[in-house]
Amino acid sequence: MNKRKTNPTVRAAVAVVGGGITGMQAALDMADAGFFVYIIEKSPAIGGVMAQLDKTFPTNDCAM
Amino acid sequence: MITLAEIENVSGVEGDFSVTLRQKPRYVDTEKCIACGICAEKCPKKVDDEYNEGLAKRKAIYVPYAQAVPLKYTIDPDNCIFLQKGKCGACEKFCPSGAINFQDTETKRTIAVGSLILATGFNSYDPSGLDNYIYRDCPDVVTAVEFERMLSATGPYGGHLVRPSSRMKKGDTGAPVKRIAWLQCVGSREKNRCTNEYCSSVCCMYAVKQAIIAKDHDKSVDCSIFYMDMRTQGKNFDHYLVSAQEKGVSFIPTKVHTVEEDRAANKLLLRYMTDNGIAVLDDIDLVVLSTGLEIPGSIRDLAERLDVRLDGNSFIDTDSFHPVSTSVPGIYGCGVITGPKDIPQSVMEASAAACAATEKLAAARNSLITQPEPVPELEIARQKPRIGVFVCNCGSNIGGVVRVPEVAEYAQTLPGVVYVEENLFTCSQDTQDKMAQVIREQGLNRVVIAACTPITHEPLFQETLAAAGLNKYLVEMANIRNHDSWVHADNPDAATEKAIDLVRMATAKAFLLEPLYQSELPITRSALVVGGGIAGMTAALSLSAHGYPVTLVERSEVLGGQARNIHRAAKLEEVGPFIRDLEKQVAETGSITVYTGASITDVKGFVGNFATEVTDGSGPRTVEHGVAVIATGAREYKPQEYLYGEHPAVVTHLEMDELLKNDDEKVSGAETVAFIQCVGSRNETNPYCSKVCCTHTIISALELKKKNPAMTVVVLYRDIRTYGTRELLYRKARELGVMFFRYEPEKKPLVGEAGDCVRIEFEDPIIGCRVAVEADLLCLATAIVPHKDRSLSGFFKVPHDGDGWLLEAHQKLRPVDFATEGVFLCGMAHYPKPIDESVAQAKAAASRALSVLTRPAIQVGGMVPRIDERLCCGCLGCLNVCSYGAISFNAEKGVAQINEALCKGCGACAAACPSEAPALKGFENKQIYAQIEGALQELKN
Repeated sequence: MNKRKTNPTVRAAVAVVGGGITGMQAALDMADAGFFVYIIEKSPAIGGVMAQLDKTFPTNDCAM
Repeated sequence: MITLAEIENVSGVEGDFSVTLRQKPRYVDTEKCIACGICAEKCPKKVDDEYNEGLAKRKAIYVPYAQAVPLKYTIDPDNCIFLQKGKCGACEKFCPSGAINFQDTETKRTIAVGSLILATGFNSYDPSGLDNYIYRDCPDVVTAVEFERMLSATGPYGGHLVRPSSRMKKGDTGAPVKRIAWLQCVGSREKNRCTNEYCSSVCCMYAVKQAIIAKDHDKSVDCSIFYMDMRTQGKNFDHYLVSAQEKGVSFIPTKVHTVEEDRAANKLLLRYMTDNGIAVLDDIDLVVLSTGLEIPGSIRDLAERLDVRLDGNSFIDTDSFHPVSTSVPGIYGCGVITGPKDIPQSVMEASAAACAATEKLAAARNSLITQPEPVPELEIARQKPRIGVFVCNCGSNIGGVVRVPEVAEYAQTLPGVVYVEENLFTCSQDTQDKMAQVIREQGLNRVVIAACTPITHEPLFQETLAAAGLNKYLVEMANIRNHDSWVHADNPDAATEKAIDLVRMATAKAFLLEPLYQSELPITRSALVVGGGIAGMTAALSLSAHGYPVTLVERSEVLGGQARNIHRAAKLEEVGPFIRDLEKQVAETGSITVYTGASITDVKGFVGNFATEVTDGSGPRTVEHGVAVIATGAREYKPQEYLYGEHPAVVTHLEMDELLKNDDEKVSGAETVAFIQCVGSRNETNPYCSKVCCTHTIISALELKKKNPAMTVVVLYRDIRTYGTRELLYRKARELGVMFFRYEPEKKPLVGEAGDCVRIEFEDPIIGCRVAVEADLLCLATAIVPHKDRSLSGFFKVPHDGDGWLLEAHQKLRPVDFATEGVFLCGMAHYPKPIDESVAQAKAAASRALSVLTRPAIQVGGMVPRIDERLCCGCLGCLNVCSYGAISFNAEKGVAQINEALCKGCGACAAACPSEAPALKGFENKQIYAQIEGALQELKN
């Protein structure tokens, strides 16, 4: 068992795995609130499945 | 942002993780790539385009789509001729910036973080293995994602609805689609052909949407949706379903068992049985498989490496009370990885995870972020306008239509213009740096950007001006993309002429632009939460965990809200202990002040600076706060039908829960228990679905069967809406012998007295005759209805929708924000929802509230009107048109006055005023007139 540190390091950074709508929203919220965020995306670009959608309910807005 | 990367390993503990990443080579230097597209033009290798689901081709060097972020090319090593065979290298030869690097290799790096959020999404189910739907063999059988691409105007068919089989060769124009069938539950709710027993939650709704959009493309297209239950349980979803029915979309309650191809007739044939057992053979042009969502194997492997526990369907195993927490402290999940869900719910969970993942890191907030020092602003008051014009090609988006060099050359001749530049991408980071340099070197004091829309890009260019020491309001945009190259793509001459006109107009206005200034207001760093149910308590606890004091106001005498009456949550957990734990935490935190038996009697102020009057037994008091979270909940509908209140055997859901909790004799002694669904929901008065009642009924039915396996349990329903993994409960109930009968809304069950029992009569659509059941207990799955508290919504200036629910700023992308800044929404005040969703939404509201509370200050002013008091006659015309309540009447002076903190700069007041007293800064009359003069100038000549 590791010795418990009396003053543990707390890093104000978060890794978000996935750069779709969900990952982006989480990242934006945390960046707004003063945290450093890494988005880790497996494909060449963020956007996820939502970028493939044509229009979305209910306003039939373009998903892009 | 780290692209092409995957997590290899994670070590450490919450607060201090070390994450090892493996990043695949891109073979393109992102610093050098200017995304001009020449490489892809020259690349000889064509491959199937994943973005368009294989319906189109891309090159081996590519960007996934035109709006990709980062907009940098990538070489696909499996298909690159050079990387595979050592020959070619065309991209390298033609790249104007030397960005190609074939020597690029996989790299490893380690990052140090305090927590992790898994938001890895899903794969669309691959139906290739279903031979009965001939997806693999027939191009006219497509998946839902393929159909999305077919509908898209930027998709492979340019948005024309044509049969894929008629577009197989280059030059084919395509045969129009006349009859489309959607087959629901492909790869969902299925145990035999695949292992996805759960409901994917989203397919019913997207099929309805696709059918509506197909009808919008061509009204005469025949659209049929073949379904088991229509699961449109979300906010406003049922209205949308009804609108589809009104537009002529057919809904057929059956599962199609086979799709066949009639090659001679060039048709697809659907074989299915109707309700009454008649076999039907239908001919169709296009079959869309409503494919479900599933977790890819790579994510299962990742979860294993991280030691994150998954459930039997490979979703992260969460409980109803902690919907974004995983089994590993410090690792959180959101979106489809925690269960199938739609976009609004995913966005809520994303914010919830953001809140949860940073609670333990709150003490270190801002320690890793540096704010750039502001550049001192140059004085331009006495200078003549020196305008710089930047004309953007936007890759080929503008440059492919508009002759940009001609526009740039013309701009040189305009008055005040001293510098003109053409850019490939004016918005790229290197262009920003260069632009700032040009502004300084050329001494520019006004800037015109002829590119795209200010809605998305003005803030970027304002930042660039500020970085160059120029007041950020001295930029004007001419939208030569959305207003020009996109809409006149087929007429380059006219588009170029229009671009020239737009640039002349923008320059004329820029000539008259003046510096504007914002002022800073301090923020009261505390929150008010209205409503002390699960949502309110959760939001309060999250905000307090982030270090902000909270005032929690509850109208009843106790905390807990409706959940106090609920027995079990959707994963069968007991609710009582959870509520008691929340209450204890609220009491012990020390930074939450609770007022029970209290109501809000007045609200003054605006984002960052509210002063709210809270009145309880001891009288009114004023609470100052920076943000407000509204979590006022909803209530159970009290039925007027089915002998409720007249016969003791008839109870509501919450009354049933009370009986179950107490193991009442009414339950233990019952031989037959019946449930009627949609009591007070999905009707004329309440046209929405109450979302939780189907699951609630099934949880109760399971409990009854557990108490007495021999009990007869009957459920009369319209659609069973056990979405997501709740489907497993439905399956379990059927396995245990709970009987389900569908009824049509126009043929509701009849309930009559039969001594101590009630007699329920209904028509079974499968056998086609009337059936009667005598039940010892009849539970009505009662609707959830809104409180419709107009005074509270009036105080905070937040709207209700047509059904009486509070209306968020954007249903998909801002599900917990209001249009009013600084006010947030969660729980059932938004819409009926189960506990897990209320908790997620409450944490999401806290997360969004944090984005205000953590700001250094509130910026007000800038592009807002100034009222010329000499011209104002006090007619209140402006006050009546202001949607933001930003104008008030100063009775002393007899004039209107603007509250800059509430004003959004929409300009409605300036347009409404008969005496031109309000002048919207940045859009003043003289500036707009100059723009109009600019537009008409060519006509005058």
